[in-house]
Amino acid sequence: MKKQAYERPIIQKLNTGLMNKYGTKTEYEPVTHIDGHAVHDLLQAHGSPLFVLSEKTMRQAFRDANRAFKTRYPKVQFAWSYKTNYLSAVCNVYHQEGSWAEVVSGFEYRKALDNKVPGTKIIFNGPAKTGEELELAIRHDSLIHIDHFDELYSLTQLAENMNRRPRVAIRVNMDTGVYPMWDRFGFNYEDGQARDAIHMIVQGDKLELVGLHCHIGTFMLSPSAYGVAAAKLSQLVMEVKKTYGKTLQYIDLGGGFASKNTLKGSYLQGVDACPTIDQYAEPICTAILNAGFTEDELPLLILETGRALIDEAGYLLGTVVSNKRLADGRRATILDFGVNILFTSFWYDHRISPAQPFGQYTEDAVLYGPLCMNIDVVREHITLPPLKKDDRVVVHTVGAYNMTQWMQFITLRPAVVMVGKDQTVSVVRKRETMASIQQEEQVPEHLKHPDL
Amino acid sequence: MKLKKNIALSDTGFVFDPSTGNSFTVNPIGLEIIGYLKEGRNAEEIKREITARYETDGPGFEKDLADFVNMLQKLKLTDGNGKATD
Amino acid sequence: MGMAKRRINIAVTGLNAIDSPGPGIPVIRALRESSLFDVRIIGLSYEALEPGIYMHHLVDKTYQIPLPAAGVEQLLNRLRYIHEAEQLELIIPNFDAELFNFIRLADVLLKEMGIRTFLPGMEQFEARHKVNLEAYGKEHGLKIPKSKSLTRHAEIASLSHDFSYPLMVKGKFYDALIAHTPEQVKACFNTLGSKWGLPVIVQEFIQGQEVNVTALGDGKGQMIGAVAMRKQYVTDKGKAWSGISIDDEKLLDMARRLFETSLWRGGLELEVIRTEEEEYYLIEINPRFPAWIYLAAGCGQNHPEALVRLALGEDVKPFEGYDVGKLFIRYSYDMIVELDEFMKISTQGEL
Repeated sequence: MKKQAYERPIIQKLNTGLMNKYGTKTEYEPVTHIDGHAVHDLLQAHGSPLFVLSEKTMRQAFRDANRAFKTRYPKVQFAWSYKTNYLSAVCNVYHQEGSWAEVVSGFEYRKALDNKVPGTKIIFNGPAKTGEELELAIRHDSLIHIDHFDELYSLTQLAENMNRRPRVAIRVNMDTGVYPMWDRFGFNYEDGQARDAIHMIVQGDKLELVGLHCHIGTFMLSPSAYGVAAAKLSQLVMEVKKTYGKTLQYIDLGGGFASKNTLKGSYLQGVDACPTIDQYAEPICTAILNAGFTEDELPLLILETGRALIDEAGYLLGTVVSNKRLADGRRATILDFGVNILFTSFWYDHRISPAQPFGQYTEDAVLYGPLCMNIDVVREHITLPPLKKDDRVVVHTVGAYNMTQWMQFITLRPAVVMVGKDQTVSVVRKRETMASIQQEEQVPEHLKHPDL
Repeated sequence: MKLKKNIALSDTGFVFDPSTGNSFTVNPIGLEIIGYLKEGRNAEEIKREITARYETDGPGFEKDLADFVNMLQKLKLTDGNGKATD
Repeated sequence: MGMAKRRINIAVTGLNAIDSPGPGIPVIRALRESSLFDVRIIGLSYEALEPGIYMHHLVDKTYQIPLPAAGVEQLLNRLRYIHEAEQLELIIPNFDAELFNFIRLADVLLKEMGIRTFLPGMEQFEARHKVNLEAYGKEHGLKIPKSKSLTRHAEIASLSHDFSYPLMVKGKFYDALIAHTPEQVKACFNTLGSKWGLPVIVQEFIQGQEVNVTALGDGKGQMIGAVAMRKQYVTDKGKAWSGISIDDEKLLDMARRLFETSLWRGGLELEVIRTEEEEYYLIEINPRFPAWIYLAAGCGQNHPEALVRLALGEDVKPFEGYDVGKLFIRYSYDMIVELDEFMKISTQGEL
């Protein structure tokens, strides 16, 4: 007689007021394949843990966003936000789709040059550009977005020294009715700083003011705030025209669109709370179209969308290391990945699915990473089927920020593979080795031997 | 180790402890094990029953059984301070 | 000879007839008294101890559904299962927290399963939220106490430029406290902010009598019914323990205007302060029937029945008048329930 499938015995106290089991089903539906490839095979071939990116999903997200804006507004340009994910393979997917590059450091700037992005299609943002980096950007005729007055002075000086006329925009911060208001970057709209900066640039006549930039926040769940920002920037563009007779070429609304992740402490599931890209596009395009521009004065609309274009294309596959029981009776499951490579678990309750079939019974658990550090918690509370050692899990929606903010801490970083549009699997970043870390180290002669 | 005598079980996996008023749910394997414990069977006998009919090996199941019995103790469903392997 | 009543399967949430009650049981009582419908009531519950689950004379069968936080997809899956067994024709949700999901699902429920709802659109639902109430009032010509959203301690000191003390301090979703000094606002800000998140809303304190209206709109600008009530006795949780129907034409006019300009579809409750000078300030809009909705039926306006007719697409004439001076007095009642029933709803999710 064939034996029945085995499942670990579990018992749970009935607590009223907590999630009932009818409420958790989809979270533990097994996810056995990513874009047609078995999770098991991917881990077998590339080791565990493993980041997997879906080229198909990335391109689809880009095309949806492009369509949402271009059907509503005639002049739209996306610029790939490097800090969201600057693996070259990723950047080039978006560049091939038509995205420019948006960078916030000299390192990212050089990455964009290495990716063969023409200098004129690089937007240089950020509060801490060095003189050398500014010079590089001026030489390549990039769009430099000025963050503060000190930078404005340095740029003016450089322009004079180099005898060039850099193309610049200023970053503007403003009250759009959302919390928290980001006033640490750029020049304030309400208190007149932004107008002062514009005045200095135009009167100084060393820099070519070509646009205005703002970036109102991150993971913004309210599209109407973008409508406010677009209206205020449009207003400012009209003022510049009226005051100085100068037509600005573009409005850059930055990024900040949300993804389908669930923010910690959020009552609604991210999937339900996240606005669609059309819901973002509508108030933005309407605000600019209604601002009073004549048709040929309409500025180019630049968007630096990162997270919303890539988060869902990323998966983290991992393996159960062990199960244990905490002193208070809670189940704890230790995984082979933690906050070291899944940095976003500090902000999100990531959706995590087992990669093998299970019965209908679940238990409450806390998911820990492998680090010998108390902060290494992947999910403080999750309801999952009983997992056993060596079971595989899939973490969803991890494409944004993890492959840039990850830490080489306690252990090495895993490989990243991309499932191409033709279904082939390519390694886009190799698993780190001792050598990748050790090669940067130098040991003084007298410390070369431990003398134990 | 002994299960409290008056524990009420239903075949839908509902466990009621009349002395505390607490209710619990168990999965089918858990229910089966509690049934055996009620009958006074020891760990060895339970292991034989389960491994004969389910896809699990002896050592693997022993670990799970010890954990399960530990939970029963934590949830105050057992009498005295016996161990799983008694 | 009277016409045969139409049989209809209606799912209702909010079976928590406890000391801070949900509106489910009063809605069901009103439906049971309908002269037009012979209702089969399918209860939808979140917890195994909601009293309505065990009130078999009112609720024919109950199913557990996932908590709102589990999301739309899980709710839809569960409703598919329930629909297969019960052939639901209409769902009447009664909790603020679940409305977001039901509004999102309204189209799918109708197209995929033919299940009707009668709910406000998402824009209406969001616009009446506490945080947006002042703008909403402006748009619909209603007086709203002046309010401000606070996100930082630093904003408290300057409140005295625009407000005079005392002030109402409100949590984003629930709770309201009175503060007499900036220090008290700070304390309230900390308490409410940590409980419900930011922003915390401060609102001008309006001296006067609180009056409430429960009303129903057809979604095309017409108010189908409205009954005004004044609370007579309030529990320590601020819930009405007893109330009396009142005749206040100005208040009903206010509700009527709101429906005309907002095109609100479905039931709602207005919380209003009437001042000594006979001015009316709207302090809150609850986007569903209140727990005292049975008073409306008791006074001659059966709003739940009218909602069913509207949901079915019938042409419903507005109610004219209601009995004034009728009281509702709530009481609690201990049911005796067999363990077997609790066990079934707990492990199988239906009873």
